[in-house]
Amino acid sequence: MKPPLVLIPAFNEAARIGRVLAGVRAAVPDATLLVVDDGSTDDTTAVARAAGARVVRLPFNLGAGVAAQTGYKLAVRQGYECVVQLDADGQHEPADIPALLAVIAHDEADVAIGSRFLDGANTYRPGLLRRVGMGLFRWLAWLLTGMRFSDVTSGFRALGGDVVRFVATEWYPTDYADADVLITLRRAGFRLREVPVRMYPRTGGLSMHAGLRPVYYVFKMLLSVALAPLRREPAERKGA
Amino acid sequence: MAELTLHQTVFALVISLVAFLFVLELVRRRRLLEEYSWLWLLTAGAMVLLAVWYRLLIVITLLVGAVTPLNTLLLCAVLFLFAIAVHYSVIISRLSTQVKNLAQELALLSSRVDEPRRP
Repeated sequence: MKPPLVLIPAFNEAARIGRVLAGVRAAVPDATLLVVDDGSTDDTTAVARAAGARVVRLPFNLGAGVAAQTGYKLAVRQGYECVVQLDADGQHEPADIPALLAVIAHDEADVAIGSRFLDGANTYRPGLLRRVGMGLFRWLAWLLTGMRFSDVTSGFRALGGDVVRFVATEWYPTDYADADVLITLRRAGFRLREVPVRMYPRTGGLSMHAGLRPVYYVFKMLLSVALAPLRREPAERKGA
Repeated sequence: MAELTLHQTVFALVISLVAFLFVLELVRRRRLLEEYSWLWLLTAGAMVLLAVWYRLLIVITLLVGAVTPLNTLLLCAVLFLFAIAVHYSVIISRLSTQVKNLAQELALLSSRVDEPRRP
């Protein structure tokens, strides 16, 4: 099997991405490292190239979901059968990548999602507001998929070939990618599996869940709930 | 609901025709794509029609149960503005997707130019 592609969408992460790339290199030495620079205004591209990663640079900032999809499109064209996505800010532990890859390699699921809450030994403690929001998303995700996810806002995941081809199409929700992705993939008939991972607090930079964005996120999820039964099923489902 | 005077009819007709010709001229000079002009032409056409055929407005007013022809006109204007705003949102959504796809293609292509040694 072709070595996996490790996809890291990055926006102004020059200060942190070097350490993340070194960690990934140590955890999965045979993987190809791909950084999608989402129109950064700092040296993210240069730092990532210096660290030996392949870099695709978007001409302007389009959001994390679009950056990730750019990586998936590259993966499809170059025939990667497995893609791992993680954040560039160092919140995800690269040493957990093999655990996600194993799920795909053994065909236990089509998507392996790194969950911060699946086992007790976790240092990550979100604030009250965030916990309430996460609870709401969990409930919405359950309503839409019938699956109980412990962590619906995880951006740490491994995808098998069929899923990679699927997310490279217009069916992939690029504007608010995390919870919506789970629901879309589930509805397309893919098997999802959560895997416990470690999660660190951010060491700086800006979280994408700030300001009024969670409000819009909830609105979008509710709209998804309402429209889901009325929507045409994704055409390029698994095995089709 | 009296008929319009000749004075009023001429004024309404002139305004409507100017609006209609203005849209046509924009299309002719390719300042406005045909694709986006149909809603405007439809509106300008309706204005001309109502100017020369005021009784139609009265009939519509009776049909929808409005009190005066002015109410009917305002209702039509609001509905038209709603339609054009939604129309634009649809166009903007499509353009956003196209821009996104173009940016992604550009990024993927230029990465091959910048890093020619890699596969």
